[in-house]
Amino acid sequence: MNFVLIFLIVIFSSSLFFYGKSKTKSISIERNIKLNALPKFYGYYLVLWSSIPALVFLLVWSLFEPVIIKSIIIETAANQGAIFNDKNEANLIYEKIKAIHLGTYFGDIDTILKESAISYSKFLNIFTNSKIVLIFVTIIASVIFSLKKIKNNNKAREDVEKILKGLLFVSSLIAILTTLGIIFSLLFESIKFFSVINIFDYLFGTNWSPQRAFIRDASAITAAEYDELRDAFGFVPLIAGTSFIAFIAMFVAVPIGLFSGIYMAEYASSKIRRISKPIIEILAGIPTVVYGFFAALTVGPFFRQIGESIGLTVSSESALAAGLIMGIMIIPYISSLSDDVINSVPQSLRDGSYAVGATKSETIKQVVIPAALPGIIGSVLLAVSRAIGETMIVVMAAGLAANLTINPLESTTTITTQIVMILVGDQEFDSPKTQSAFALGLTLFVATLILNYIAQRAVKKYREKYD
Amino acid sequence: MTKEQRLKKRHAAEKRFRLYGLTSILVALVFVLILVNNIFSKGSSAFMKTVINVEVFFDPELIEIENGAPEENIREADFYDITIETLLKAYPAKNLDEENELIDLFTTDAEIEIKKAFLENNNLIGKKINLEITASDDIDQLHKGNYPRNLPEDRRRISNFQLKIYDNLLKNNKINKNFNNYFFNNGDSRDPELAGIGGALVGSFYSIIICLLLAFPVAVLASIYLEEFAPKNKITDFIEININNLAAVPSIVYGLLALQILLATIQLPRSTPLVAGITLALMTLPRIIIPCRASLKAVPPSIREGALAVGASKFQSVFHHVVPLSLPGTLSGTIIGLAQALGETAPLILIGMVAFVVDIPSTPIDPSSSLPVQVYLWSESAERGFVEKTSATIMMLLSFLIVMNFIAVYLRQKFEKRWN
Repeated sequence: MNFVLIFLIVIFSSSLFFYGKSKTKSISIERNIKLNALPKFYGYYLVLWSSIPALVFLLVWSLFEPVIIKSIIIETAANQGAIFNDKNEANLIYEKIKAIHLGTYFGDIDTILKESAISYSKFLNIFTNSKIVLIFVTIIASVIFSLKKIKNNNKAREDVEKILKGLLFVSSLIAILTTLGIIFSLLFESIKFFSVINIFDYLFGTNWSPQRAFIRDASAITAAEYDELRDAFGFVPLIAGTSFIAFIAMFVAVPIGLFSGIYMAEYASSKIRRISKPIIEILAGIPTVVYGFFAALTVGPFFRQIGESIGLTVSSESALAAGLIMGIMIIPYISSLSDDVINSVPQSLRDGSYAVGATKSETIKQVVIPAALPGIIGSVLLAVSRAIGETMIVVMAAGLAANLTINPLESTTTITTQIVMILVGDQEFDSPKTQSAFALGLTLFVATLILNYIAQRAVKKYREKYD
Repeated sequence: MTKEQRLKKRHAAEKRFRLYGLTSILVALVFVLILVNNIFSKGSSAFMKTVINVEVFFDPELIEIENGAPEENIREADFYDITIETLLKAYPAKNLDEENELIDLFTTDAEIEIKKAFLENNNLIGKKINLEITASDDIDQLHKGNYPRNLPEDRRRISNFQLKIYDNLLKNNKINKNFNNYFFNNGDSRDPELAGIGGALVGSFYSIIICLLLAFPVAVLASIYLEEFAPKNKITDFIEININNLAAVPSIVYGLLALQILLATIQLPRSTPLVAGITLALMTLPRIIIPCRASLKAVPPSIREGALAVGASKFQSVFHHVVPLSLPGTLSGTIIGLAQALGETAPLILIGMVAFVVDIPSTPIDPSSSLPVQVYLWSESAERGFVEKTSATIMMLLSFLIVMNFIAVYLRQKFEKRWN
């Protein structure tokens, strides 16, 4: 339906292009005046005016139509005597009504459902018809408006450019809308979560076991149940596991990444650089699910075998395997950024150092690195934020159970793993368990935001210093 | 310490330092090699499947159709008896247990394969043909050498009797390897020998196309605005900070966004390429805007000034001159962004693409999987056959990424103008 409408709108407005072009030509001949723009701009003007308002209207309408119809239908069903206790049951009844309407429902149909299905198709009809009528009205109104403008010989090119500029501005606003969407969707559920669980119990609790939060109705819980609940959502083991794995990753990535960056910037001939740089950057291009597969099926069992042969118990989902592979994934982020940073240290600093007799490595260690330090720290911070936000490697290779440990051979879990574990499969809406995933997401979002902000500031300040 | 000794020490330190650098590059390179080698050695065998040659006799007493029957009759006909009869002829089995073990050597789709052979040549009633039936996953893995046969029987999935049949078939040249058409044509399946990436390929394709259609125009328009038209003010600064931050937000957060806004609020259908495409587009947008702006910035001001000098409007100077010149950089940035989106898994898991989907999606609003999610799903399966399938899927995924990156590099090197 919508596709047909869009198609019709596009066809109609494109045909107006030719109308506008010839109309203005004939106007200029008739009235013997000079047009304020080339005829084609009058065509474009008509096209834009006849299509954009209608398309925007259609978009907004289609976004809200299902939600509105749903609330109306659930209400009418309730008025007719349908009984449902919570949102899930209401959704189920709505789905049933929809299926009856489409003729794909084969269960028992009672009178309430039947009546509701009839009113559903009635409302659907009303909505569709009014949508078509309103779009029609929108198009006619905007065409009349723009035709009037054209007849008055407006400055069509400038007007077209104004509209297009508005379009450009709106496109750049989508980034802000996305950010707002992220913040609202995370906050909305998190606030619900924190209205059940005290934020301090969350931040300082040392036990994470959301599967215990089976209580569905969050509004009516007893004190005993609450004690049970507040003990289930302790954030400490997750942040400990996340930082631990990130630490192992940085332990691998920082030396290797930094040394390759230094070698690439200071020692490598342009030929070696040309070959090795892209190969290292392949590491950044490999999807993380591939690393996860490799860590879970090759590295984990390998470590366990080694551990067994020397008499250690190594979990096959050890923090070591996940951290090691994550570190390798992160190498290129550190190496290319520090390569860039070192390259932008002015040559004069090096020349000064050579002049007083320092060797190349002494120059690097005592002059270049200190000069590049803010930038290097920035790149390491960016890498840390990537490590704590990384999901697939830890989902596949780290453990699921939250245990507070600093033994790299045991399994630990991370924030991202828990988000995936909670939200994969069927969720119960409005249960603290589901909401806790959003609280975790919010925590992750804020943490990475702060890290990125500091890192970007550091790199930017550093760049400004030497530019 | 004499002067010479000190100098010697300093030079040794120099050499050591240099060695550290070289070693770290080598470590990274070696890891790439190990990873690629590991995936290829595990995965390449998945492109072939093991087939067992059997003789099918279309016994008129066992089929209720005649030669030249219309196609729909054949599709509805029961080929079960014929199938069992055929499979049992492969080796003499003495009792019911042995018969079951014999039948287990073949894929569960053996009936469909026989029916398909019959459909291709409609007058086979009463005739005998030789047909290659796909072997079960266990035999397939055994034949490819991925399955140790010297374990004690109770720790093997293949019994001694089945091994005996296998050896006998091998001796009589009844076992072959064919191109694994199922791997490319089928959707997901619980049986490794029937599981394929057809559904995931189509799902990934739809998602990426939707992602491209949404992200590319918006990214190009936004970067044109920010680079060419935006006044220097607080709003512009705010937009820029936003874009930079969005580019660094962990991808799983986009999954949460999609779950809350696209699925819970707008109620788009779960597990579909449509939702996946929109999610990936939101995620890719800032990652495309950044290279797009860089390539617009790289066009020297003289181009703009030249256009303005001969009377073009600001708009004309940008759209007739600057944008076409920045196009190679823009396109290559977009392709690299899409390549990242193609390999993205975490947000797709949250929007329910982990559902078990057998059918190949025909439209973007059918439930579907995608290549990276398929890798995740199969890697969680216990059957040995899925390890090889997972590796082969990764090979497909990596080859798509390599091709996309090559196109991006080619576009940039071939068409980008250097201005100095």
